[in-house]
Amino acid sequence: MTFEPKILGFLCNWCSYAGADLAGVSRIQYPPNMRVIRVMCSGRINPVFIFKTLLTGIDGVFVLGCHPGDCHYLEGNYEAEKKFIMVQKFLKIVDFDKRVRLDWVSASEGARFAKVVSEFIDSIREQGPSPLSGENIDQELFNNLKAMENSVSSDRIRALVGRQRKITEVENEYGEKVPIDEFNAIFDEAIHDEFVRQRILLSLSTKVLSVKDLAAELKLDPSEILENMLTLKSRGEIDYQSIDGNTPLYMRI
Amino acid sequence: MSDKEEEPRIGVFVCSCGSNIGGLIDVKALAEFSKTLPNVVFTEDNLYTCSETGLAQIKNGIKDHNLNRVIVASCTPRTHEPLFRDCVKKEGVNEYLFNFVNIRDQNTWCHQKYPEEAFDKAKDLIRMGVAKAAKLEALENIIVDATPTALVIGGGVSGMTAAHSLANQGFETHLIERETELGGRLKTLYKLFPNDQEAQILLENLKKNVQSNENLKIHTSAQVKNIEGFVGNFEVKVEENGNIIDLTIGVILVAVGTSLFTPTGYFGYDGKTRITQYELESKLKNNDVKARDIVMIQCVGSRNNERLYCSSVCCMTALKNALILKENNPETNVSILFRDLYTPGTHYEDYYRRAREAGVVFVEYSPEKMPSVEENLIKVHNEYLGEDLLIPYDLCVLSTPLVSNNDNKALAQMIKVPLEENGFFLEAHVKLRPMDFATDGVFVCGSAKWPVDITESISQGYAAAARASTIISHDTIEVEGATSFLPDYNRNLCTGCEVCIKVCPYKAINKNEEDDIEITQVLCKGCGVCGATCINHAIIIRHFTDQQILSEIYAYGGKEV
Repeated sequence: MTFEPKILGFLCNWCSYAGADLAGVSRIQYPPNMRVIRVMCSGRINPVFIFKTLLTGIDGVFVLGCHPGDCHYLEGNYEAEKKFIMVQKFLKIVDFDKRVRLDWVSASEGARFAKVVSEFIDSIREQGPSPLSGENIDQELFNNLKAMENSVSSDRIRALVGRQRKITEVENEYGEKVPIDEFNAIFDEAIHDEFVRQRILLSLSTKVLSVKDLAAELKLDPSEILENMLTLKSRGEIDYQSIDGNTPLYMRI
Repeated sequence: MSDKEEEPRIGVFVCSCGSNIGGLIDVKALAEFSKTLPNVVFTEDNLYTCSETGLAQIKNGIKDHNLNRVIVASCTPRTHEPLFRDCVKKEGVNEYLFNFVNIRDQNTWCHQKYPEEAFDKAKDLIRMGVAKAAKLEALENIIVDATPTALVIGGGVSGMTAAHSLANQGFETHLIERETELGGRLKTLYKLFPNDQEAQILLENLKKNVQSNENLKIHTSAQVKNIEGFVGNFEVKVEENGNIIDLTIGVILVAVGTSLFTPTGYFGYDGKTRITQYELESKLKNNDVKARDIVMIQCVGSRNNERLYCSSVCCMTALKNALILKENNPETNVSILFRDLYTPGTHYEDYYRRAREAGVVFVEYSPEKMPSVEENLIKVHNEYLGEDLLIPYDLCVLSTPLVSNNDNKALAQMIKVPLEENGFFLEAHVKLRPMDFATDGVFVCGSAKWPVDITESISQGYAAAARASTIISHDTIEVEGATSFLPDYNRNLCTGCEVCIKVCPYKAINKNEEDDIEITQVLCKGCGVCGATCINHAIIIRHFTDQQILSEIYAYGGKEV
């Protein structure tokens, strides 16, 4: 039997959902693999939703909004795009970014809706079933995505993505506009660090581990682990639990 | 009325929609399946749920089974949600406890060769709908006062018509014109198709109407400087002759019309022997046409890569002016070079016939082989003859499009409405809401949307006035209850970072005097961007809460993660 992917689409009410309806009214046919959650605006999509969806084992997530400049809520789709790019940056760390896609479909583009949905379904079909679907899931991937979900839930990442347009396109509190390259450099670093920190927290929530143990488990340099653990300790999120010989063991608070 | 504490008792009504749904998938089996879902206490299938019978079945279901949540699985919420919301409301169930599942427009109509898969998809969609319904909360719509005043921006034919209509209905109406006199494009015209009426006579009549109405205040040399507020309660700053006036306005009508296009670089336009149709119009008005060989070229600067649209009035304007030229002097040679000739309806087609009878010569050209205007001759390729025609001219008239105003964007931002790709104002829906904007309380008429002729401008003026009066004829306005919301129990989560204030497109979020975040419910349109952005998940998007959306995700994914 060929693999039929399970896809979840988040559609904005005013453009893409209307475009999907128009595909129906025009009897344009496309494969029946996608289920739809209607939201008023693509800007409503909390990045957490996308990770939660992937964690359930759904094979692909499609976010559809109004074309840039056409948002019913003026700029909600621009906010959606910034959040989506962030989600992709996280997923790229584990080479999972091709399982999510963002596109624009207007209320008059029934044929385009059918086309982009068909193409996405084909792309997921080619990639095969999600390693998080079925009985025996890839636990390491699950933990990585869970850490990412926690990252996009964290205030640091949310503050950065929430302020991005204002500080790169208008100006920050001090009347300066931050060049997009400079912003991206800071953002990329924050994404990487937050992911490592959330991954450490996840490991320490079930086990007591040393820096070395964590470095082995996360396949990262011990110095990087230590640096992030010091940050977590200063935030009051982890602490020493005991000392094994000369090696301190950590736990989550 | 249900409250949060009450156990959900969900009723699922599966519509067959004649054979639109039932023809592909088994709606009886879907209704049976729905019975197995959590919190579902009653299910039924209907031939047409939206019919009187179907609605009565919903009402009986609510009564007999004490339902506090209702799901209809059928066409699309975009057309039928209001009907079903109204139905459950009449039976005492809060309208926000109704949930729609789309199994027609986005299912049976699109998967006609896959009945089994479409059935499975419908099952999933109902499962997701039931999961969300269980989490739905009752909401109340918000009632605000409406000021019974109207602001019409633009004193052209459409704006004057709309303003006069509103003032006649007894509403205090303010008509804003940026020039020193009313009239807009009409001021520059000579005679009007389809009845060759003198433009200036129509203008004088319209002016007399608006100037003599005591409900109507005309502001000339005036411009809108700022607009704040929302439907029923706009605060508008108008600069009139250098003075600022503050107005409290209930509804706003956009009737700003168009600008003229100067065809620099097209066919050697020089404003002397190569002029635009509007310049010819002025010459006709002043009886100043001495040329004997006149060639008109249509679609100059429109229907090309730069401007894809048809300006819609130029064919008729050319025919009208050609006929006037012929009537003034039958010896004048008039040729019209066209790509397609657009004369819809009985009156306009009659112009074409009359122009032919009067001896106007029509030559088709194709955009691949554009005519070329030379010293004394115009060369145009005729496809039927397979050769170039050489037409002598002493006046070449270019039919140029009406284009959008440069300052449309500034106005659009003030009233929070979109423009389309050519800079014209974009209505809420081309067929269903042609005079409305998506933003409540703002309407559009005339050429602000796209170029229209005088007849259409007048019709649209009346239409927009009628739409606007549906709002200001009531003392109050009901606003959707599905808005964003910062509940007291989440206030401790709010760090005061103000990201929500920055992302809100409607300026609905502010900090109050106590430095606390405050969301003005009537300004909120419920887009949900603030909630998706809030760094500590403090803001709740009612009717699309995180819990409600996650429940849909989990229902499809098959597990909670």
